[in-house]
Amino acid sequence: MIEINNLTKSFGDLLIWEDVNFQIDDGETIAIIGRSGCGKSVLLKHINALLSPDSGSVIIDGNNIYDMDYVSQRKLRQKFGILFQGSALFDSINTFENIAFPLRFFSDQSEEEIRGNVMDALKMVNLESAHDKETSELSGGMRKRVGLARAIILKPKYIMYDEPTSGLDPQTSNEINELIIRMADSLDVTSIVVTHDMHSVLNIADKVAFLDEQKLSWHGTVDDLIKSEQDSLKSFVTASEYQINSTR
Amino acid sequence: MNALGEIGKYSSLLYQALRSSTEFSTYRKSFFNEMVKIGYDSVPIIMLTGFFTGSVMTIQSAYQLDSAFIPLSTIGAIVSESILIELAAVISSLVLAGKVGARLATELGTMRVTEQIDALESMGFNSISFLVVPRVFAGVLMFPVLYIVASITGVGGGVLAGMVSGAVPASDFLAGARMYFAPYTLIFGFVKMFVFGFIITSISCYQGYYASGGAEGVGNSTTSATVLSCMMVLLADFVLAALLL
Repeated sequence: MIEINNLTKSFGDLLIWEDVNFQIDDGETIAIIGRSGCGKSVLLKHINALLSPDSGSVIIDGNNIYDMDYVSQRKLRQKFGILFQGSALFDSINTFENIAFPLRFFSDQSEEEIRGNVMDALKMVNLESAHDKETSELSGGMRKRVGLARAIILKPKYIMYDEPTSGLDPQTSNEINELIIRMADSLDVTSIVVTHDMHSVLNIADKVAFLDEQKLSWHGTVDDLIKSEQDSLKSFVTASEYQINSTR
Repeated sequence: MNALGEIGKYSSLLYQALRSSTEFSTYRKSFFNEMVKIGYDSVPIIMLTGFFTGSVMTIQSAYQLDSAFIPLSTIGAIVSESILIELAAVISSLVLAGKVGARLATELGTMRVTEQIDALESMGFNSISFLVVPRVFAGVLMFPVLYIVASITGVGGGVLAGMVSGAVPASDFLAGARMYFAPYTLIFGFVKMFVFGFIITSISCYQGYYASGGAEGVGNSTTSATVLSCMMVLLADFVLAALLL
């Protein structure tokens, strides 16, 4: 379980958000939504201490990640897999090596076991045939899937997705959404998805956290989101619906 | 105030690098790769730099010392001493600030803006240990080796230029070089290259590691890495000369 308590973050004089409070229960999929630049990705990077807040705490399975020393933080981070917005694949090594990379350093597996695990991860994201491709040969959707395969290779308890469908065509976006659902079901992980794609939110999320006006403006289930009468949230959802309808 | 902040951040990076330098298993492979990239891959340009520095110096010295009262061996002494004590180290380092420094800053800067460094951290790696430590260690180790290459090709270039131009016979050149040779000159050259290697790799890694703002940010970090490295090499050259000579 992850508890986010009174989290406040500024960059210099620029306040990103303040007093953010919410909880993520084990096994659920939560979507963090909000307009571009509202600090969704910044919030995501606070959950595993890639960034530090001005004040507040993030409690992961009972431990405040900001109270830990760097070595303990690094160990705790291995409970998380992250799919970054641009996939963040290492461009000096190929697809197979990208996925095998954490295993080579953080496991005692033999080369044969590593090969088996990497191919299993690639199979889960429907990309077995791309194992020997250079990362520069991969399309946007393929990069996301390789990034996801790398994120799950250490069998994390939590998977964080930073804008997993941004820059993808609708069909590939749907495939990624299906993968997120499949990961949550088959790996029994807790998923945290940062997105402004309402289509994704409605498909994959159990709960939603809405960032607006430098605070957590709304938090609840997807059913409550649809019924919500809160102006800013309604306006955000309506704008997304308009965008979806206007493309039809 | 901004400059003080940068110095503080740079010092903090070095401190973290020093603390994590014991994690050899993390950066072993990368360390050997960097030794090849910084050392072996720089040999051609260092040979070229050394050769032409020695050649030009010989021809210019012969032109300036064209007198019946000055023995020809003096040219060999001046050229070889200048190369060993100053030029092989400083000119090579200025060239390496461009070649090695720019590569390191661009490489790490690109990794920063494409979130590859965040990806390393999120997997549980110590990114400083993984990225900065092997590059700085490899630089500190390989720069003195490149000094040897630059010195040999510099003196060799001087001998050849003297012979080909007819300004100084090889025997006179080498006799002069031997006559004024002091082993401390070599030690001083090694110390310089050790320091310059540290300056160039650490400044370049710092600039790249903290790059921000996309392609423009990477470009700026590369420019800063090269310019700052060159300035600091020249400053360190002065300080070392004042302290050790």
